[in-house]
Amino acid sequence: MKIVADREVCIQAGNCVMAADTLFDQDDDGIVVVLVDEVPEDEEDHAREAVKLCPSQALRVAD
Amino acid sequence: MARTPAALRDGDASPLPPLHMRRDAFSPTKELGEIRESSGVRIVENAFGMAVYLVTRHEDVKEVLSDHARFSNGRPPGFVVPGVPDVPAEVQASARAGNLLGLDPPEHQRLRRMLTPEFTIRRMKRLEPRIVEIVDAQLDALENAGPPADLVANFALPIPSLVICELLGVPYDDRDDFHRRSARQLDLSIPIPERLELVRRGREYMASLVEQSRRHPGDDILGMLVREHGQQLTDDELIGIAGLLLLAGHETTSNMVGLGTLALLRHPDQLAAVRDDPDAIGPAVEELLRWLSIVHSGIPRITTTDVEIAGVHLHAGQLVFVSLPSGNRDPDFIDSPEVLDVRRGAPGHLAFGHGVHHCLGAPLARMEMRIAFPALLRRFPNLALAEDFADVQFRSFHFIYGLKSLQVTW
Repeated sequence: MKIVADREVCIQAGNCVMAADTLFDQDDDGIVVVLVDEVPEDEEDHAREAVKLCPSQALRVAD
Repeated sequence: MARTPAALRDGDASPLPPLHMRRDAFSPTKELGEIRESSGVRIVENAFGMAVYLVTRHEDVKEVLSDHARFSNGRPPGFVVPGVPDVPAEVQASARAGNLLGLDPPEHQRLRRMLTPEFTIRRMKRLEPRIVEIVDAQLDALENAGPPADLVANFALPIPSLVICELLGVPYDDRDDFHRRSARQLDLSIPIPERLELVRRGREYMASLVEQSRRHPGDDILGMLVREHGQQLTDDELIGIAGLLLLAGHETTSNMVGLGTLALLRHPDQLAAVRDDPDAIGPAVEELLRWLSIVHSGIPRITTTDVEIAGVHLHAGQLVFVSLPSGNRDPDFIDSPEVLDVRRGAPGHLAFGHGVHHCLGAPLARMEMRIAFPALLRRFPNLALAEDFADVQFRSFHFIYGLKSLQVTW
């Protein structure tokens, strides 16, 4: 599983970092950075949770 | 007491706030749930007597808030609010400048992105020790004031107020004035002319701080905005941005801390969990946010085109309220929505809104609450109400729900 982030759409709420801080970070401007190319299997639920919690739909799952 | 037109229409005996703001202590009145379970959408009257479509289901609330192209925060030219005096367009534009809540993308993003570096989760972690100090100092103040003492005046309000003052660069010594202004300007039972005058005075005050900051930009958000974006921002925009941050910074968290403490006092087993288990506070804050949903609806949206929501057709130019408390108590969103259960965490709640206007200060608010609740309950393990629950004064007419005061003992 991969996660794709649209940094233009990101509104820097930080919900993804709260849901999975091993998968997501914010740069100095608060914009989302995806930390992994491939989501580890045991983190997939957290990744899906982060996608769901993003208030601006800046994240999506790519298989 | 002064009555708004809507309040008068709602009943002669005791004026009621608009339907979407009505509560029975913590919970929305059952009418909201009835709308959610039946049509999902109903036309209600706002405080100005205008017809507004009220959206009540979790998924519909999210749909409205994430579709800023069709549900706009801006106002079309010539938009008139009854009871609000007509002012020249340039005065109106100046008064609205910098208010992120009244803007749509891309203009909204331009301003929001100037501010977000100040509210990242990493930045909040650096702020944590200072918030702990502020909370400890207010616990001392509360202890010295009682028992009994007013938790709102001595704890819930000063903490976020001190924090936002330091962050923004506003002298805390001026708090009596801006606390009074913000408490009244968002109170719908106060006559419109007085509220407008308070807004004007608030802008005047902020203008003096912006002027100082233009000359000597300090090590705070106002100073950062002047140094890094001073050329791109007008004074009106700086005044608007700073005014919004000050208001949102102290009016929201303070009401969550006051009302949240009361909610925990009414649920002693859950209070004990928050007090005794260090892992309990994270989920507890999210559940308190969901269950209390202190922002009733946020800024009404206006449809830019014909739209359909919950199967109801709306023409362009209609006002739309989303009910955040109702969306957060939708059984399609969460099981047993009427129950406060601080252990569940409630991810996906709408208390901070949704879409591009999702609360900018959410990481700060979370940090403040995660520090304040356990610290309060550990300093005063026997914290208790010092007044009858039936006598507790709620802010029924306020744009942001909360308590006027809360007498506690320990």
